[in-house]
Amino acid sequence: LTTIMAVEFDDGVVIGADSRTTTGAYIANRVTDKLTPIHDRIFCCRSGSAADTQAVADAVSYQLGFHSIELDEPPLVQTAANLFKQMCYRYREELMAGIIVAGWDKRRGGQVYTVPMGGMLVRQPVSVGGSGSSYIYGFIDSNYRSGMSKEECLRFTAEALALAMERDGSSGGVARLAAITEAGLERTVILGNQLPTFFSA
Amino acid sequence: MAAVSLVRCERGFARDAAPDWMRQELRTGTTIMAVEFDGGVVIGADSRTTTGAYIANRVTDKLTPIHERIFCCRSGSAADTQAISDAVTYQLGFHSIELDEPPLVQTAANLFREMCYRYREELMAGIIVAGWDKRRGGQVYTVPVGGMLTRQPVSVGGSGSSYIYGYVDSNYRAHMSKEECLQFTAQALSLAMERDGSSGGVVRLAVISEHGVERRVVAGNQLPSFSAI
Repeated sequence: LTTIMAVEFDDGVVIGADSRTTTGAYIANRVTDKLTPIHDRIFCCRSGSAADTQAVADAVSYQLGFHSIELDEPPLVQTAANLFKQMCYRYREELMAGIIVAGWDKRRGGQVYTVPMGGMLVRQPVSVGGSGSSYIYGFIDSNYRSGMSKEECLRFTAEALALAMERDGSSGGVARLAAITEAGLERTVILGNQLPTFFSA
Repeated sequence: MAAVSLVRCERGFARDAAPDWMRQELRTGTTIMAVEFDGGVVIGADSRTTTGAYIANRVTDKLTPIHERIFCCRSGSAADTQAISDAVTYQLGFHSIELDEPPLVQTAANLFREMCYRYREELMAGIIVAGWDKRRGGQVYTVPVGGMLTRQPVSVGGSGSSYIYGYVDSNYRAHMSKEECLQFTAQALSLAMERDGSSGGVVRLAVISEHGVERRVVAGNQLPSFSAI
């Protein structure tokens, strides 16, 4: 069921996710990419039902692309987030989708918006989601500081994901990270054996 | 049931008039924790007991003495854990008298496990047993719901524990000093209390070692705070 995360920093955002998709106890895909591009500098992190989140993300990508062409400008992250919110709220009874929208735009720089199940929308400097997120709230609360650099954010995200993947049976595989800034997009993958290790009792 | 009085009236739809919290069982929602160090153990717990959404007791003591240097941290149903602790306290006291020696922590832990496993269908109890004895020094044993028993250098339990697994995994180091363990435990409990609605109040700590038991309380406003977000 996943662990996803996004962190704002001065020039952009860092997003991350695990790579495990399960059908019951079987790992259907151990190298899933849960970081989905919605536009050039806007991504979404998907958690919950794979089918639902893929469908919603496709619909929003279309709507946002259309809107951006009409506007003749790159779209705002807030716009993308609101499109997700509208769809997730309207169809809240039918959907099981927890989504984090993150990206960079010229007006407000790096932004992270979370649209959890139920369809609320709120902007947060750091957001975590998915079943594995419960285990890392304490770590996030104690280790997050505002004003971190891109490298610090990447390390922070990688460590948090590693901790969650260690504890949550529905999260695992590799850690996928991406940094989105004005300059563009930088994707990295951290393989299982390269993830930071911690104490395990 | 925690609260017995019902608003009774002739017509019999009185039950619905009673608020939700009068119909709920008393639970220690909880975050509990225990850490071994060289020379003893540090144990800690929050202080909130809830009946539904009402906080029945905001200064609960979830750190219960079982013997002079053996404590248990209780989570789950307040009634169940109190009953089990009382029973184990009796059994352990009897055993200690027969033995003419202070009992082993492992013995206490096994008594808990026996009871929690045998009555697993009826009970809702997650217990951490921690203490000091001469044979093995400081030890922490965890007996979660279901009745397994395992020894761990550090153990967390209760509803709030989910939120601090990441913090504990990343911050625990072997061979910490007593003071470091106290800090570590207080921090972890504060983080959990911040996130878990069923945990809160004050942080109760205790250090159990060869020298005895040292209890402390950290009040709400003295807890480290973290909400950057």
